[in-house]
This record gives sequence, structure tokens and C-alpha cells, in this order.
Amino acid sequence: MEQKEALFNYLLRLADNAAILGHKLSEWCGHGPELEEDIAIINTALDLLGHARSLYTYAGEVEGKGRTEDDLAFLRIEREYKNALITELPNGHYGDTIARQYLFDQFNYLLFTELEKSSDETIAAIAAKAIKEIRYHLRRSIEWTLRLGDGTEESHNRIQESFDNIWAYTGDLFVEDVSDEEIIAAGIGPDLKALQPIWREKVKATLAEATLTIPEDGWMHSGSKEGRHTEHMGHILSELQYMQRAYPGCEW
Amino acid sequence: MNEQELWDLLDEVMDPEIPVLSLVDLGVVRKAEFVAGNPEITITPTYSGCPAMKVMEEDIEAVLQGVGFDEYTIKTVLSPAWTTDWITEKGRKALQEYGIAPPEQATSDKNALLGHPKEVTCPNCKSRKTKMLSQFGSTPCKSLYQCNDCKEPFDYFKCI
Repeated sequence: MEQKEALFNYLLRLADNAAILGHKLSEWCGHGPELEEDIAIINTALDLLGHARSLYTYAGEVEGKGRTEDDLAFLRIEREYKNALITELPNGHYGDTIARQYLFDQFNYLLFTELEKSSDETIAAIAAKAIKEIRYHLRRSIEWTLRLGDGTEESHNRIQESFDNIWAYTGDLFVEDVSDEEIIAAGIGPDLKALQPIWREKVKATLAEATLTIPEDGWMHSGSKEGRHTEHMGHILSELQYMQRAYPGCEW
Repeated sequence: MNEQELWDLLDEVMDPEIPVLSLVDLGVVRKAEFVAGNPEITITPTYSGCPAMKVMEEDIEAVLQGVGFDEYTIKTVLSPAWTTDWITEKGRKALQEYGIAPPEQATSDKNALLGHPKEVTCPNCKSRKTKMLSQFGSTPCKSLYQCNDCKEPFDYFKCI
């Protein structure tokens, strides 16, 4: 595989993670459990959208076929999206959203800390910008994990169940394929396999502080890197892409 | 027009969300120079997803056109990443007077160094007895605080 193709794939994965999770979080707009939290979660969605925009724009340049950020965000079919499966899971109740967010934020934080050192200057610049925001995301999702885990019996039980349910989607974050090998060899991105134990230790510590139990590693879903998604993805795209499908080429 | 006058002109362009703070004071304008006789302005976003970037660009275009420039370039760069340290002294004062607590200098804040919440001064009554209500405020660059003395809630320009 050529490095250019690997880089394009890699950028799409990063951008799709941010775009799809940002879209899911934006569904909470006006429905947050309290006003401050409604604002906080939409701020997080906005940051992720910002990361997605920079990454899609760069992906389009790398590909060299004249595709813009909007073309990549809105005009691909399901199999061409490479976001991690965890990002497309339903919002559920607030514990589900927080568990999904914490597990992802912890991963994203470790990943972008490494990407700041990327041999690719544009990725390093995007990461240096994004990491400042991801730090806030992580701090907030840890606070909520503690509040719900170490809260009432009801909140404790419900968020424990959220972590148990989502756990089988976390393995997918660390799967590596030929594009990753190319990226690691070129010093563009980190070895995900090396991040996994660090991630696990951090998650274990946070859950312990929240009086929660880290779920056992069992069978894990995978396939996002080949574009194999959960049953939720099609529904997300039907909403996300509605305007561009109904009015092709429309602009604000 | 020389480069200093170009900077002065840009200093008249206000942040769309905080209309007392110019884009120069905010540290968003990184470079202002003439290339082959035409202005070339380099800006950087405060936050990746800042929805005000597009408006800032249009506002810069408007002042440039206002003084008769038809050809100009506005470039956006991400690196080095924007930091609150780039807000000028004049900008910090303008924020304070407008009722937004400017970012605290990390070095003067012992609490923050020890990992505790930052001590933020109330822009209304200057009390140091304030508490954070939320990490996230009305725009991506602000947190929401409340003063324990005068009870007034206020925005704090968060330090990044």
C-alpha cells in the first residue's frame, strides 16, 4: 500500500470518529439533564466538529481528487465511513452517553497526545490544537463518571450496566490493519497496541475511584476499519446526510 | 499604508461574540503584512470548532474593502496553537470591564498548580471567593463561574 493511501485512510478514521461522535452528542442539544450540562455537551460536540473539519479538509488535500470537507462528511456511503463502532452507539440514558464518552475521551486523549509528535506537520498542528480541548472533554467525562458511579444506588447500578454493555465495543478502538502499519512505520501515528494497556490502566483507575468495576475482556466487536458498522450507523447517516441527499450541492 | 497602519486597522475589528475585544487583542491575528503591495493577514482559531471564525474573516474583509483594498489574502493557520497568553494587556482590561473574568496567569495561581480549581476574581466586585459552576460556558472559550460574595454569575475566559 502506498503511504498516501494509508494516510488518507488514517485521516478519514480520525475525522469520522470526531464527526460521528460529535453528531451523536449534538442530539442532546436542548435535552441535557441540566442547563449547564446541556451547554457543556454541545461545546464538546462543537469541538469534535472542529476537529472533523480540519481532518476532512486535510484528507481531501492528501487524496488530491478535489473533494472538500463537505464532500467527505456528507457524500459517502455507509461502508466508506471508518469511525470506531463505539462512536455510533445510541445516546441511551445519560449514563450510557457518559460511559461511551469517557471510554472514548480516554482513548482520544492518549492518541492525540502521541499525534502531537507526528512526523506529519499538519497532523501535529491539528493535534496540538485539539489536545487542549480534549483535555477538557476528558476532565468532564471523568467528573460525571465519578458523580454517577459514586452517587446513588440507582445511578451506580445504571452506569455500571452502561459500562458493561459498551465494553464489547472498546476492542475495536485498538485494531490495527495495513494502513496503521504504514502510519506507524512512517512515524505519523502511534502503535495502538502499545496504547491499549495504558488506556486500560487509566480506565481501571477511574472506574475504581467511581466505585465501579472494570468489565472483563470477552468477545469484542470489530470491523470499523473495513467499514462494517453496527445497525445504528444507517440511521445516523439518513439524518446526517438528509439535506445533501434531498438538495444535492446545497450550501448555507 | 504601512504595516503598523494595517495592524491599527485590524485592531478596529471586534470579536463577534465579545464586541469589546479586538481580533488583535484576542491574539487571533498572527501576521499582517504586505505581499506584492496587497495585504496578507494570517489568523488562527481560538477553538477548533469556533463558529465565529467565518464571521471574523468576513469582518476583516469588510475593513480591508472599506479602505479600498480589492486584492488581499486571509490565511488560517493552526500552528502554533492559540493560547490565552496571547491576549494583550489592553484586551485583558477590556474583558474585565465588560464583565468577563480574563484568564488567570497559571504561575500566580497556587491552587491550580496543586491541581485544585482555579482562583478566579469576580469581575463585578473583585472578590476572590468564587466557584466554578461549569467547565463550559456560553462559547467554547469560556467557563461559567459564580461569585460567593455578590452572588453574580459570570463568564471566565478559560486558560488554554
